[in-house]
Amino acid sequence: MAPGQRVSSFNARRVRADIPQLTRRINGRPITYLDSGASSLQTHSVIDAMSRYYELRHANVHRGVYQTANEATDAYEGSRAAVARFINAPGEESEVVFTKNTTESFNLLAKVWGATNLGAGDVVLITQMEHHANIVPWFQLREATGVEVRFIPVGDDYRLDLTNLDELLRDVKLLSITGMSNVLGTKNRVHDLAAIAHSVGALVAVDGAQMVGHGPVDVTALDIDFLAFSGHKMLGPTGIGVLWTRESVLDTMGPFMGGGGMIADVTLDGFTPAKGVARFEAGTPPIAEAVGLHAAVRYLEGLGMDHVAAHERYLTEDALRRLDLTFDGRVRVIGPLDVIDRGGVISLDVEGVHPHDVAQVLDQFGVCVRPGHHCAKPLMRRFNLAATARASFGPYSNTADTTVLLEALEHALKMFG
Amino acid sequence: MSNLEDLYREIILDHYRSPRNRGELASPPAHRVEGFNPLCGDEVTVYLDVNDGVLTDIKLTGHGCSISQSSSSLMSTAVKGKPLEDVRATIEAFKELMTAHETTTDEEERDATNLRTFGELAALAGVVKFPVRIKCATLAWNTLQQGLQELAS
Repeated sequence: MAPGQRVSSFNARRVRADIPQLTRRINGRPITYLDSGASSLQTHSVIDAMSRYYELRHANVHRGVYQTANEATDAYEGSRAAVARFINAPGEESEVVFTKNTTESFNLLAKVWGATNLGAGDVVLITQMEHHANIVPWFQLREATGVEVRFIPVGDDYRLDLTNLDELLRDVKLLSITGMSNVLGTKNRVHDLAAIAHSVGALVAVDGAQMVGHGPVDVTALDIDFLAFSGHKMLGPTGIGVLWTRESVLDTMGPFMGGGGMIADVTLDGFTPAKGVARFEAGTPPIAEAVGLHAAVRYLEGLGMDHVAAHERYLTEDALRRLDLTFDGRVRVIGPLDVIDRGGVISLDVEGVHPHDVAQVLDQFGVCVRPGHHCAKPLMRRFNLAATARASFGPYSNTADTTVLLEALEHALKMFG
Repeated sequence: MSNLEDLYREIILDHYRSPRNRGELASPPAHRVEGFNPLCGDEVTVYLDVNDGVLTDIKLTGHGCSISQSSSSLMSTAVKGKPLEDVRATIEAFKELMTAHETTTDEEERDATNLRTFGELAALAGVVKFPVRIKCATLAWNTLQQGLQELAS
């Protein structure tokens, strides 16, 4: 298939036209944005929704009586309901907590649910391919409560090594795993792992940062207990994230941060926390960001998440094939080479060229990739790497992006070779 | 307009491909000091032999990008065998070079004169146009400076 040709009913050209930042030129060339794994670009509709909110409807949410205050509350809560529908939350909006980002979601999970439900003798089982956001909060919890943090290893095939899973699951109260590695692109079999974890009485948390926005995510079908994700990795704005959990679990959780909005009552003697999701959302919440996230959800629903997944799978397959054909091993992919259980994040190790130099040369071609450890240092150590240069796709990416990437990589190899 | 050739001068690529004074010195007697750049994972270890106020030998190990590694190599050739006061002056001058801002034509002329005193090190002057890479270029120098401070105390 010729580069640039589209395969599905999904029209990447139309999506690109909806992204204003794709009109940018960098160093005299059109931008080639391949850093959606770090943060996606926003659509006109997301940006406009936030602008319109600030222009006409801004007020603080909850407890307002006047019209714009009611409108702001409706907009904020409407976003919560839209997010709940998007991930098929069984308890709808009463299960969606807005946070700052995936990192805050995991901190809420560890510092509230973890601190009350886990102690010495209990185990949190995570994996060697986690982002620091799903590692460090558990280490902090370990310091506070003596809980054990255990890792499922990653095999040479860049996938979880489940050989000793039965043993690893001993005393596990929470299995907390990424749905897709932000370094390798490996997708984990969340549904199967959740079923196994449930069979030993553990709850299951999933890092959805690289999943939601790249394909269908249905928490009911996955049969998980917690899902954490970020708005800005799914075409939405920065500053808003989500922790979804079952209502039955949420009702057992105490408050997170203290302050306004999270209380039912405060006296000179103490306070009573609010019921429902409000008790996790102290202070004025990210209202405009929620409005933006709602617009992003609407946009993604319009595209159809099955179509987005198929488009990104096609781009990934095309890129893996052409990287292999063009460079004959001089550019090594750190991750699975097939597209089964694999997403559109491609980490590269370029022969003789440090990832920072790769990214610097690519910038000259207008290509945006990320060099570094990608906040997954245990995984990098596992493969004896200090850093990789990572290209990652979004719904607006196309095969022409890969063509420019290959051209720029060729230049980097020539320059340093 | 900064372009890649300002950054990746031939001298830099040469020192990256064939780093000078690469290796270790027995420690002790040599003084060993490590430097890290936690953001990008660059690492450098500097070994110093100081005798009678002279940096008689220097070796470096480490890994990182072409800028950090070539800067280490260029630094070693610039300071090896020099009296410590000259070494300190070179460190200061190099760090000053790495903090230069936008310059006018007059200043450029003056800087060009100054750059001549840097010899091969002048090849790193282009780094300043790529602000995120300055920390790559200064890593070895800060590590050397720290080592000298430790020796003095």
